Amino acid sequence: MSFDEIYNITLMQGFAGLSLFAVLLLMGLGLAIIFGQMGVINMAHGEFMTIGAYTIFLFSSLTESLAPGLVQAYFPFAIVCAFLVAFGIGWLTEWALIRHLYKRPLDTLLATWGLSLGMQQVFRSTFGPKEVSPTLPDWLMGSWSPAEGLDIPINGMFVLALTVVVTGSVLIALYRSRWGLRVRATVSNRAMANATGINTRRTDRLTFAIGCGIAGVAGAAFTTIGSTGPTSGSLYIVDAFLVVTFGGAASLWGTVVSAFGIAQTQSISEFFLSGSMAKVLTLLLIVTILMMRPQGLFAAKVRR
Amino acid sequence: MSSKYDNVPLSPERRRLLQGLAALPLFGVSKLGFGASLPTAQVNTTGLAITDTEVTVGQLHSATGTMAISETGSIQAEQLAIDQINALGGILGRKIKVIKEDGASDWPTFAEKSRKLLVNDKVATVFGCWTSASRKAVLPIFEKENGLLYYPTFYEGLEQSKNVIYTGQEATQQIIWGLDWAQKEKGAKKFFLVGSDYIWPRTSMKIARKHIENFQKGRVVGEEYYPLGNTNFNSLINKIKVAKPDCIFAAVVGGSNVAFYKQLKAAGITGAKQFLLTLSVTEDEMLGIGGENFAGFYSSMKYFQSLDNENNKVFVESFKKAYGPKAVIGDVTQAAYLGPWLWKAAVEKAGSFDVDKVVAASPGIELKTAPEGYVKVHDNHHLYSKARIAQGQADGTFTVVAESSDLIVPDPFPKGYQ
Repeated sequence: MSFDEIYNITLMQGFAGLSLFAVLLLMGLGLAIIFGQMGVINMAHGEFMTIGAYTIFLFSSLTESLAPGLVQAYFPFAIVCAFLVAFGIGWLTEWALIRHLYKRPLDTLLATWGLSLGMQQVFRSTFGPKEVSPTLPDWLMGSWSPAEGLDIPINGMFVLALTVVVTGSVLIALYRSRWGLRVRATVSNRAMANATGINTRRTDRLTFAIGCGIAGVAGAAFTTIGSTGPTSGSLYIVDAFLVVTFGGAASLWGTVVSAFGIAQTQSISEFFLSGSMAKVLTLLLIVTILMMRPQGLFAAKVRR
Repeated sequence: MSSKYDNVPLSPERRRLLQGLAALPLFGVSKLGFGASLPTAQVNTTGLAITDTEVTVGQLHSATGTMAISETGSIQAEQLAIDQINALGGILGRKIKVIKEDGASDWPTFAEKSRKLLVNDKVATVFGCWTSASRKAVLPIFEKENGLLYYPTFYEGLEQSKNVIYTGQEATQQIIWGLDWAQKEKGAKKFFLVGSDYIWPRTSMKIARKHIENFQKGRVVGEEYYPLGNTNFNSLINKIKVAKPDCIFAAVVGGSNVAFYKQLKAAGITGAKQFLLTLSVTEDEMLGIGGENFAGFYSSMKYFQSLDNENNKVFVESFKKAYGPKAVIGDVTQAAYLGPWLWKAAVEKAGSFDVDKVVAASPGIELKTAPEGYVKVHDNHHLYSKARIAQGQADGTFTVVAESSDLIVPDPFPKGYQ
């Protein structure tokens, strides 16, 4: 193998790690907000991602039938709508289900799991059990090839950019906005936050809805790299929990670092070992580290 | 309109007379042998759920859960075949009644439902299962209760049961001819094997490796398995780029399948640059993958919707009439469609619904009306069928590019491949 080839493969493999990092972070982010800030284990997280994916599918079929000229342009708009749809359904879910169960974390686990099964069946009845493939704009497909033998996936770059934007916005919102202030106050001491006049119920509902909305964005973005079907969400849920738990539940920075760590370990070991062995190695590492640090990589400074 | 006599009780004599009259047609049929209808006592000696006008069969697939993606086509095809048989007058003068059970993509549920169908409902036969895992779960029950199962999926082989008729291809039928074609037509010598990590891809790749190394004198430059549900293939794709195979030989399934082809395309590996042959992409999977991501790659199956013959034209037309113009038909859907027809032929040959007699009559049964052309049941309960290679098109259809000249003999326990 020539020097050029090694150089190209190293570059592409580096990007593979980065793009896996973006995928893991994007799917973990919504969960981290809900789990970390509210203590609710949302087993239906994957299905909120599927909502985003189906929103893209709806948009692509509508655009194709009503305005074929706009096929190249609908995608960013559809992602915003994916956020809004998932946000709305998240809002409703919190109102109808979650708020009754705040004092019973294990029951939320069961309730949201039931919700996820129900949602899967709704997708199946509405869109049919078979997978669908939204027509994606051409500019998202294929690879960017700056040199012979070097191909950087465009959809990977797109997911990476989207992840940076979404994560940045969440961090800014959490640490620079009124909502962020209220969320952080509620997380550190609910009773005291209530006493200072913060409507913690409203804060919870908004937090849950935003978490779900971000899941919707993730699902929408993943139509470029993965499948869109009633059970697509379940493909991501395990990895999403892994990222959040490993990072330390109450810390967004923890989620970022953990997604990066898991992605690099996985993608480097995949290159040198077989796919299944790489997964085993990654999981072993995570379990070992969690045994030594049960609170995850980053623990929030919360007075208990 | 009511008369004042309506409420008058019938005299016992009159009642008996009426009952006798009502029963007359039945006696007439059985005594005089009207039509092809044989007396139930003669065609059913083992207490199956069969009356003079009806025969009950079971259908056991996943209508819910992960596998519903794949199994829906089979459910539809079997129902279509049963409706068509009923429209022709049924089997031995009896209409087919279907009891549908949902295995819900859960193997213990499959086992439980199959016991229900065989023990409580006493069905004459069952059309069902899709994954090997579900078949393995129900097999002991079918053998113990002496039921009969028509199994539609192409699978890894290494199995042969008295109680199962396999209407899909076993591994050697799907793999060996395809690999020989790849070598002859595409000059492939270096192969990279990729699969999902479970029994079917692993067994298939084992056969493929033996064939490539021992019979074709080619080389396997990589063999990789990824967990079911894996959605990230970028590292694998880089490995493929390093190995530079002539042929990527793939058996990735489910949601992974979609991710695999989308990421191949995104990494610049397209049909125009790279030869890829797969065992796991039919028209059904194409819906999720998207034609533009699979264009130019090849698939090895026994059936494609675009197959050009008279049987298939009729089949595709009636399938679309029943399930809408957008419905697609994959390999397994067609194999599932064969089930009820093969059973009909075997029952009529045996002149009985008894499982033992139907099983004994099955080998040698031919189906000249099969959409895939012509099939025949081998002594080992698998079908003789042709092998075909088709190329994916950007619009999501397949164009058949090669077809074996002869029927390929099923060989579920291939020598030299273990």
